[in-house]
Amino acid sequence: MVTKTVTVTNATDSPGKQAPFVGNRSKVSSHISQNEGLIFEKSSPGKKAYRLAPLDVPAIDPHIVLGEQVREDLGLLPEVSEIEIIRHFTRLSTWNYAIDLGMYPLGSCTMKYNPRVNEMVARLEGIADAHPYQPESLSQGAMRVMWMLQECLKEITGMEAITLQPAAGAHGEFTGILLVRAYHESKGNPRKKILIPDSAHGTNPATAAICGYQVQNLKSNSHGMVDLAELEHLVDDETAALMLTNPSTIGVFESEIHKIADVLHSKGALLYMDGANMNALVGKTRPGDFGVDVMHLNLHKTFSTPHGGGGPGSGPVACKKILEPFLPTPILVEKSDNTLTFNYDRPQSVGRVRMFYGNYGMFVRALAYILANGPDGLRQTTEDAVLNANYIRAKLEDVYELPYKTPTLHEVVFSDRRQSRNGVKTGDIAKRLIDYGFHPYTTSFPMIVAGALMIEPTESESKEELDQFIDAMRQIAREADENPEIILHAPHATRVSRMDEVAAARKPVLRWKPDASSESPAPETAVSEKTPPLVPATPAKEY
Amino acid sequence: MTYPNTFRYTREHEWLQVEGAIGTVGITDYAQNSLGDIVFVDAPKVGDTVEAGKVFGSVESVKAVSDLYSPVSGTVTAVNQELVTAPEKINTEPHQAWIIKVQMSNPSEADALLSSADYEKFIAEETHA
Amino acid sequence: MRYLPKSPSDREAMLKEIGVSTIGDLFQSIPAEYRLTGDLNIPPQMGEQEIVNLFRSAADRNANGYASFLGAGAYRHYRPVVIDALVQRGEFLTSYTPYQAEISQGTLQAIFEFQTMICELTGMEIANASMYDGSTGAAESVMMAARVTRRSHMVVAGTVHPEYREVLRTYAQHQGLTKHRVGYGADGRVDMKALEAAITDQTACVLIQSPNFFGVIEDVAAIADLAHAKGALLIVSIAEALSLGIVRPPTEADIVSIEAQSFGVAISYGGPYCGVLACKEKFIRQMPGRLTGATVDQNGRRGFVLTLSTREQHIRREKATSNICTNQALVALMTCIYLTIYGKAGMRELAEQNLAKTHYASQTLAAIPGSKLLFANSPRFNEFVLETAEAPEAINARLLQQKMIGGLPLSAWYPELKHASLWCATEQNSRAQIDAAAAIIAGKHVPALAYV
Repeated sequence: MVTKTVTVTNATDSPGKQAPFVGNRSKVSSHISQNEGLIFEKSSPGKKAYRLAPLDVPAIDPHIVLGEQVREDLGLLPEVSEIEIIRHFTRLSTWNYAIDLGMYPLGSCTMKYNPRVNEMVARLEGIADAHPYQPESLSQGAMRVMWMLQECLKEITGMEAITLQPAAGAHGEFTGILLVRAYHESKGNPRKKILIPDSAHGTNPATAAICGYQVQNLKSNSHGMVDLAELEHLVDDETAALMLTNPSTIGVFESEIHKIADVLHSKGALLYMDGANMNALVGKTRPGDFGVDVMHLNLHKTFSTPHGGGGPGSGPVACKKILEPFLPTPILVEKSDNTLTFNYDRPQSVGRVRMFYGNYGMFVRALAYILANGPDGLRQTTEDAVLNANYIRAKLEDVYELPYKTPTLHEVVFSDRRQSRNGVKTGDIAKRLIDYGFHPYTTSFPMIVAGALMIEPTESESKEELDQFIDAMRQIAREADENPEIILHAPHATRVSRMDEVAAARKPVLRWKPDASSESPAPETAVSEKTPPLVPATPAKEY
Repeated sequence: MTYPNTFRYTREHEWLQVEGAIGTVGITDYAQNSLGDIVFVDAPKVGDTVEAGKVFGSVESVKAVSDLYSPVSGTVTAVNQELVTAPEKINTEPHQAWIIKVQMSNPSEADALLSSADYEKFIAEETHA
Repeated sequence: MRYLPKSPSDREAMLKEIGVSTIGDLFQSIPAEYRLTGDLNIPPQMGEQEIVNLFRSAADRNANGYASFLGAGAYRHYRPVVIDALVQRGEFLTSYTPYQAEISQGTLQAIFEFQTMICELTGMEIANASMYDGSTGAAESVMMAARVTRRSHMVVAGTVHPEYREVLRTYAQHQGLTKHRVGYGADGRVDMKALEAAITDQTACVLIQSPNFFGVIEDVAAIADLAHAKGALLIVSIAEALSLGIVRPPTEADIVSIEAQSFGVAISYGGPYCGVLACKEKFIRQMPGRLTGATVDQNGRRGFVLTLSTREQHIRREKATSNICTNQALVALMTCIYLTIYGKAGMRELAEQNLAKTHYASQTLAAIPGSKLLFANSPRFNEFVLETAEAPEAINARLLQQKMIGGLPLSAWYPELKHASLWCATEQNSRAQIDAAAAIIAGKHVPALAYV
């Protein structure tokens, strides 16, 4: 491996003293970064990137069909050629960090390798071209893929029923809590509140609210786990469910999970599990076995479908038999002749949560991933994910504060307590990590840890990549002691530096307009050096 | 920054200035400082009623939202329009940049609020906690 | 396992560094009684070739190589190859939500361009970075209108896609929203008298779809007047976004909810697609979903960030505008590339082709004895409702024998439309296909595959 020292140009040298530590970035060197304006700025009338087939039916005057509904102009849509489009989006792409470039240790996001065969099979003709309303007799292949995925996911979770309809994790939560509500309604009382630990993802309380529930906060105990006594105290006849992330957002398995389930069940309440962290459990234990009644999975986390810069995801919901009657319509059933059909006749169903059957393309990818792994591969995957997180923990706990010493599974949460004495916060360390060639970890989350550094390496990192990450984190810790300034103004190696988020929020510019001089910030050519450095914003979860 | 002794204060960091039956409400220097750069103020409309101790709006920084608690009960008579285009006034002049004016229905509620000395003591404790 | 980059000796070395002897030691926090001791009962590990073969055989059991006249919320348009060439770049495919702006400018700028294009197409002032799909987007729009107006009654056109309405019902049921459904008139458009009667001063919004489920274009301006007269918002849902290439944009609406699948997104048995909300700027604080804004960096260089995130769940938690987190970013990128490829001139040309094909198909099929074009005099884009003498199911069975998928029978959703089916003709349907379908419906013998 070629190791190259990169000198940071704006490191402050104080005369008479030894030069401050600037780190030795072994992983990255600067790469070609090109300027590229907005596509609208390249547009010129008459340029084209398409050619339609000749019309084989008589042309028609739009006014005859549409009357006064005819549109006269398409405004600012661009006019460019094909090569310009390829270059434009290719250049933009080079400004992104990605799993394909290196470790992406965002806690609770499970940024693992996205296998390419998944992409290939999802694009097969017959799959990519299948219309949701084509006859079932001509959809058996598509439906079989759904069925196989359902069977695999039921086995992996230890659950008895499933729907693939929800489009993402939060959508799965919504569906799951609707099931909970329908279940309680069927018993005569929908109940009033949902318990949510203070360590939970923001989607959990937001979900409870849109399902018409009050959110009751459940404090974590000193191990970062559910406080059983507090739980017993809070659960009553109006508690609909506890929404629990297990392992929790600090990566800790709720070792008293069966007691948690018992406390809830004794009052008729249900246990909902947020499956965001399922990558710690697959093949090692099953939520259905340890008392969970309903849960969602994130196919874009645990099951390797690509995050794509923020989506699409897919959030199947698996549940116990008691909740099966309430699943969204339609559900897939296998007939006696082994063919599959959709059943729409579901009087107790909560209804549809999405049109058609869900983010089908993600089902194809997730199934391909499961088949590529098999039972042994999935188990090894989980073991490696946990091994990697514990390795990072062991190698960094002497330099970063570990607020919870409880054994962790797939992710580890440090705090910035030591570094913040020098004014260096988790968000700053994260930005400096970019200079070392890594995507930052999740910052400032979970909220039970002040100044949290939430690191989830996943199984996809080799020992070499982990060692480089550890080395980078250790060097940054040293910089925090010896040269905090270099961290506070990081990143230095990127095409753009820290963004003025305050200006963006105070005077939102959410679209391009041709009179850019007055409406939107100056394009590339007008680089002013005068804008003062920004004060780091109040930390919030970035994951 | 000093806290005007003509103002009264809440433990949620709002200030109240009383002139006759009209109470003027803003947030304190301590509050703006801990919020950081304020980007948006969500205020009620003229004619809305507010209740002492209850939420009447919110202020936002880039990555945080803080609820505003009314120090007194009454009817909103004016809303500071300047904050719509220049929310940063709260950062630069927290004790001048008022948010709403209230026709107080029960002016004695103001008596229960903190004096400037008590408020300064209160925030000193908060800082050390 | 080929995705795992570790040798047995790597694992040994790492365990040693951690200070444990076996991997099992790291799972001790899971109570023994719940630890799996054997293999999961799932298919064994497969090689790449086996996986490809398995999905190929699944694909072959689908309607591969059929001509189709299906639309109804999922539209068959040609997808330029440039789209997949670009979205499969790892930098787009394998990146997360662009929270770290300095290393996410590619995604952020593309979203900014996407937002701009959606504004241009819809005539709205702002657009978000995407929603799950058109159905959930319509439901989120209604909830948004309820927050804006602080009212809790909604009026929904019966000509909105039935599955969109089902999703709306699911979303609205615990929001305390009451619903009034308004039917359609003989012209296949919203019954204006019934609509006027349904809107009250408690109505938060009127939700319509245009082109509607029958392919008919609604009189958006007139409906907007009725809604606005009572202080209600007008939400226009657009399922066939390509219509915006030739149909006047719904500028009178307050919120426009689009399903952008038509813009270069594979039909893929129903998803993933790309919902997107656009609206008047004054409603921005109540808009759900991510937004990208332009700003400058410390050196004054233009760049983009996710902004106004205080609306969202990761900050506002139970008070958020929506619980949405993951959206459809990569699909939004596909639509952005598609709109760039066709651009200002191509969108119009393509939309005109759809108009011509549909006009030809509707006239040809309606000319069959016993067949009739419903709502014949109303403006439409690329779908039409055909009434036939025979049951559509019987016609479709005949068409299938000739590898053609006919229109979607409507009676399950609209019992009054007995023998009626919804047909869609796009640039993907050749004249030969249309002629062959007409011949088969008319009971004539057509040689196999003659239409291809």
